Amino acid sequence: MDISSIFFAIVTIVAVVSALLVVTCKNPINSALSLVLTFFCLATYYAMLDAPFMAAVQIIVYAGAIMVLIVFTIMLLNIRVDANKKHVHQVALGTVTGIVTLLLSVLFLTRGKVAMLAGPVTSDVINQIGHTELIGAVMFTDFLLPFEVTSILLLAAMVGAVILAKKKLS
Amino acid sequence: MDNVILGLPLYYYIAMVAKVLGAFVFVLLTVAYATYAERKIIGFMQVRIGPNRVGPKGLLQPIADGLKLFFKEEIIPEKASTFAYLVAPLIALVPAFITFAAIPFGDTIEVMGYKVPLQIAGYYDTAIGRVFDLNVGVLYILAMASLGVYGIVLAGWSSNSKYSLLGGLRSSAQMVSYELAAGLAIVPVFMLAGSLSLQEIVKAQEGMKWFIWSNPMTFAAGVLFYICALAETNRTPFDLPECESELVSGFCTEYSSMKYAMFFMAEYANMVTVSAITTTLFLGGWDGPMSKAIPALSVVYFVIKVYFLMFIAIWIRATLPRYRYDQLMKLGWKLLLPLALVLIVLTALAGYFGFYSFFG
Repeated sequence: MDISSIFFAIVTIVAVVSALLVVTCKNPINSALSLVLTFFCLATYYAMLDAPFMAAVQIIVYAGAIMVLIVFTIMLLNIRVDANKKHVHQVALGTVTGIVTLLLSVLFLTRGKVAMLAGPVTSDVINQIGHTELIGAVMFTDFLLPFEVTSILLLAAMVGAVILAKKKLS
Repeated sequence: MDNVILGLPLYYYIAMVAKVLGAFVFVLLTVAYATYAERKIIGFMQVRIGPNRVGPKGLLQPIADGLKLFFKEEIIPEKASTFAYLVAPLIALVPAFITFAAIPFGDTIEVMGYKVPLQIAGYYDTAIGRVFDLNVGVLYILAMASLGVYGIVLAGWSSNSKYSLLGGLRSSAQMVSYELAAGLAIVPVFMLAGSLSLQEIVKAQEGMKWFIWSNPMTFAAGVLFYICALAETNRTPFDLPECESELVSGFCTEYSSMKYAMFFMAEYANMVTVSAITTTLFLGGWDGPMSKAIPALSVVYFVIKVYFLMFIAIWIRATLPRYRYDQLMKLGWKLLLPLALVLIVLTALAGYFGFYSFFG
């Protein structure tokens, strides 16, 4: 037993509880806050898996940008809290989907072709070269084309958003 | 042999707890006396006396203020969303403090044969023989800064008051806009330091080769970053979220007692943290004359630089009037952001032609 397993247990409890709160909270703002906490726990997992760059990006992009936008929207729309309403439809289907997904992912990780694959990037390599440097080197050499295609896609989306917003104004 | 507890040597725990306590107490004390310093300095600049009643020269004023706020009645508005209303001050305060974990506030010192780097998220690897710290230190700081906005937005929304809501909306728009420019303004520093780790960035500036004067591009980036940092901490001339003349007290209008005090602590703690980040990235961190020979001196240099930057923030508050909201947005998006992008390109071009710094 070392200190990282204790830490892992604590983070896991927080992650599971906050993920449950996301779907059980009546107030949408509280749900959104729980989701931020869940993202934070995910980032902690990335950090513990020797992927600090992923951890930082997880917080900056998801918790810091996307969730702020969602909280903003909830606030401005002023969604009413339905304390008495209970949504029970699709619970059975959701349960089945959840269980099947869990089983499939466990199967893939333990029995499938990708199970126990060992790549050249181990934690020692990451600690020596640095996670950011490794990602950068791969992204701008082997995966340059997908990277550029994604950039163009994002640029197109941005231009589209500006045009849509302008149209409304005039 | 060393005692090992839960897979780590004992001295590691002791050093960690000592560093955390030291940094925490430093930030708390600075926050308390920054309020006093601010009132005294602004008083001096406006030819007033400032607080001088409580204790000699009014030095006990922060303690009196704290006690007063502590004993005030706690009021929760009837129509507030209770949970969000209660957690908002905490969410505002915590990121301000935990950002300090990544900042190296001194050189590596040797205590009883063990080497301890003066940085909370850093340790000395005895097997490899060098200091390891957060590989993505700067990104960690940006990530924590992006979480700070939740406290203000939630405070504004959950109070169920129009002034609070307007303050919260203004602040979130302002922080999201200036975060971008701040993030881009520090890119020239990485390009020259070649790393995101704050230990490495300080190492790149060792021997008085501070980025603020070693390269015209990083000088401009430093000024740009400081302006954006002022905007992100809601300081004058960017204090629109709590603009008294229009919004009573902005996002914290409905708060009272300790919760109101916590927002103030968050603002000043943010000021300390932002000054510490600027020091590390542009003013050479703990570097200074003789800092390598006498490690204790490095902490002194760091503290002096942080206090100097905080003094500038107070000075600006005493000097400049507040921006109008549309001017603020225009400044952020149409001036600071493009300028930061231009600086990145210029730094890259200069590096391509072999110019890195005046010091070679």
